[in-house]
Amino acid sequence: MNFIVCIKQVPGTTEVKIDPKTNTLIREGVESIVNPFDSYAIEEALRLKERMGGKVTVISMGPPQAESALREALSMGCDEAILLTDRAFAGSDTLATSYILARGIKKIGEFGLVICGKQAIDGDTAQVGPGIAEKLGVPAITYVKKIEEINETRIRVERMMEEGYEVIEMGFPALITVVKEINEPRLPSLKGMVRAKKAEIHMWNASDIVCENSRIGQSGSPTIVNKIFTPPPRKGGETILGDPEEQAQKLVEKLRQAKVV
Amino acid sequence: MEYFLSEEQKMICELAKRIAEEKIKPVREHYDETEEFPWPIVEELAKVDLCGVYIPEEYGGTGGGVFELCLAVEELCKIDGGIALVLAATALAAFPIMLFGNDEQKKKYLPDIAAGKKLAAFALTEPGAGSDASAIQTTAKKEGDSYILNGTKCFITNGGEAQIYIVVTMTDKVKGSRGASIFIVEKDTRGFSFGKKEKKMGIRGSATRELIFNECKIPKENLLGREGQGFIIALKTFDVSRPGVAAQALGIAAGALEDAIKYSREREQFGQSISSFQAIQHLLADMATEVEAARALIYATARMIDKGPKTRVTKESAMCKLLASDVAMKVTTDAVQVYGGYGYMREYPMEKRMRDAKITQIYEGTNQVMRNEIALALIKEAARAKK
Ligand SMILES: Cc1cc2nc3c(=O)[nH]c(=O)nc-3n(C[C@H](O)[C@H](O)[C@H](O)COP(=O)(O)OP(=O)(O)OC[C@H]3O[C@@H](n4cnc5c(N)ncnc54)[C@H](O)[C@@H]3O)c2cc1C
Ligand SMILES: Cc1cc2nc3c(=O)[nH]c(=O)nc-3n(C[C@H](O)[C@H](O)[C@H](O)COP(=O)(O)OP(=O)(O)OC[C@H]3O[C@@H](n4cnc5c(N)ncnc54)[C@H](O)[C@@H]3O)c2cc1C
Repeated sequence: MNFIVCIKQVPGTTEVKIDPKTNTLIREGVESIVNPFDSYAIEEALRLKERMGGKVTVISMGPPQAESALREALSMGCDEAILLTDRAFAGSDTLATSYILARGIKKIGEFGLVICGKQAIDGDTAQVGPGIAEKLGVPAITYVKKIEEINETRIRVERMMEEGYEVIEMGFPALITVVKEINEPRLPSLKGMVRAKKAEIHMWNASDIVCENSRIGQSGSPTIVNKIFTPPPRKGGETILGDPEEQAQKLVEKLRQAKVV
Repeated sequence: MEYFLSEEQKMICELAKRIAEEKIKPVREHYDETEEFPWPIVEELAKVDLCGVYIPEEYGGTGGGVFELCLAVEELCKIDGGIALVLAATALAAFPIMLFGNDEQKKKYLPDIAAGKKLAAFALTEPGAGSDASAIQTTAKKEGDSYILNGTKCFITNGGEAQIYIVVTMTDKVKGSRGASIFIVEKDTRGFSFGKKEKKMGIRGSATRELIFNECKIPKENLLGREGQGFIIALKTFDVSRPGVAAQALGIAAGALEDAIKYSREREQFGQSISSFQAIQHLLADMATEVEAARALIYATARMIDKGPKTRVTKESAMCKLLASDVAMKVTTDAVQVYGGYGYMREYPMEKRMRDAKITQIYEGTNQVMRNEIALALIKEAARAKK
């Protein structure tokens, strides 16, 4: 089966800086990594390939630097890598990003399963996976924590819920997004790293994947970002010490003071 | 210092560092406490191709040499000085196969070693034959198409865990040092068993065990090189393996130095970090200088071995091991000093490094023996120059 993994290159730190004028991420001088959730997607694809045979293609939309994320995926054992890169893609929101990735996947050709991360650690919207499925017209299951069964035509998975999990089945072609509970990503191997260093990364632009101009970049993005900020880190709570009776007393006192009771 | 490593060498360092940090660090205390054998780490090293960094590509390795082995061992030993021996001690036994094995032997044993499927061990030492290797008593007697081995080896690294054993024996006692021969003996051969497992001061995640040969019959195809070549093979093996022990020592020292610098900036006494005291600064300065000197010597020697003509490098290899192991002992002792009382506690990784460092002054030839060999080489060179 042909597996396609969507990976995003993200800043390697949670302290992202925002350009106050454009409300976009400042990426200069920040070390970039493969979105951690996407490493689980890569690992799952590799495991499925090892089990069922086939091919794993990784695809990313981003600036030319995103090539290094794709090379890391290759060093873990992915077979082929595609970078969708074009100035016209700049400013794409989740809708446009999903469209562009779907166009890229169409160009790759026949596939069984597309695997995405649960969400990107910078954008955090978790919209792109389902968005791609929508554009491709294939079913999707999000937050997959385990693949229970898979054959050439169907897949049954456990989908993580707040409490417990759902078991869902669907037919191919299809898309899943995965959570970190699904596996432990492998390290790249030395032979993989050497191979990845020499490998060719296919670079496709907007005309290569035949995009409608009105659906990509800023013009294809209805989302308007009004304000972006990093929420202040949570302050540590207060611990009330003492035996249970004392604790209860102190707690009630505090609640009274706060006029809660 | 910039050593102009190739892309691939940098990758080896990066990978070894990741394995050390992500896979070994969380379990190093466990293996030190329990003296269990770190099989899960062997698997990790195998998965990322680090078991074959010094083995040619045609035998499944990645085609590096002694230098690549040293880089991997150094990086691993920064975190744990004992566990890396699964790699370094296996290399000690793979080198004689690479140097003196015939095609069939290489094809039979090297790919499994490179893939990390099998570990190997090198068995020379006996209860009565340590520094004086020529005193070994283990014998191999030819009988038709076989050899029969009898005797006991002691202190053998990877003993009991390895599948492949390089065993130095006497085939002809009358000929003295020209009467030794080396055999490849596989685990589970009838007549080959394991004795006492040593309890050690350091490198406790490494197995050190007795090998017992009792009428152990092996096919004559398992003779390495020719009969009588045993000690030459052993000596030439040490020429290329000693930088690996030196790299182990270097890694232990470098890891200690790194942690000591960090700790000295964090620990406050008299209202300031202890790194502001000149006494500590000078300690760190000496440690760093010695570590870098050891590294430079090891890297230069390893590169010479990998690139150079096949002349003997006994002197340089011995110098590597001598310097790096003495540096490791001193630097780890001083690093404990920088940590003060905390350095002495098993909760911190420092006292372990001091225990681990000590072995590097002892095995693959004690440092007294290293000095003997260096001096002998110097005198020979001088004598040759005069002629
Ligand atoms: C700070 C900030 C500023 C932004 N500013 C703008 C703006 O000015 N204008 C605008 O239109 N949009 C803007 N965006 C939106 C941004 O472009 C999208 O968020 C992004 O393309 C994908 O959404 P996400 O990061 O939430 O990914 P998610 O939907 O959380 O990602 C889910 C999964 O989808 C896949 N995926 C996501 N992105 C890619 C990709 N590029 N290539 C391959 N696979 C991918 C991965 O598998 C990932 O795990 C901004 C986002 C942020 C965080
Ligand atoms: C943890 C561990 C792992 C080991 N792994 C292996 C292994 O895998 N394979 C293997 O074959 N062996 C192995 N050994 C054995 C090791 O190589 C020997 O212990 C070492 O060579 C010293 O021999 P010895 O212990 O008999 O000491 P001795 O030779 O008895 O030495 C005792 C002291 O006398 C000094 N001395 C001896 N001769 C001289 C001399 N001529 N001039 C000056 N000083 C001298 C020595 O330097 C030392 O200080 C291992 C040992 C240990 C402790």
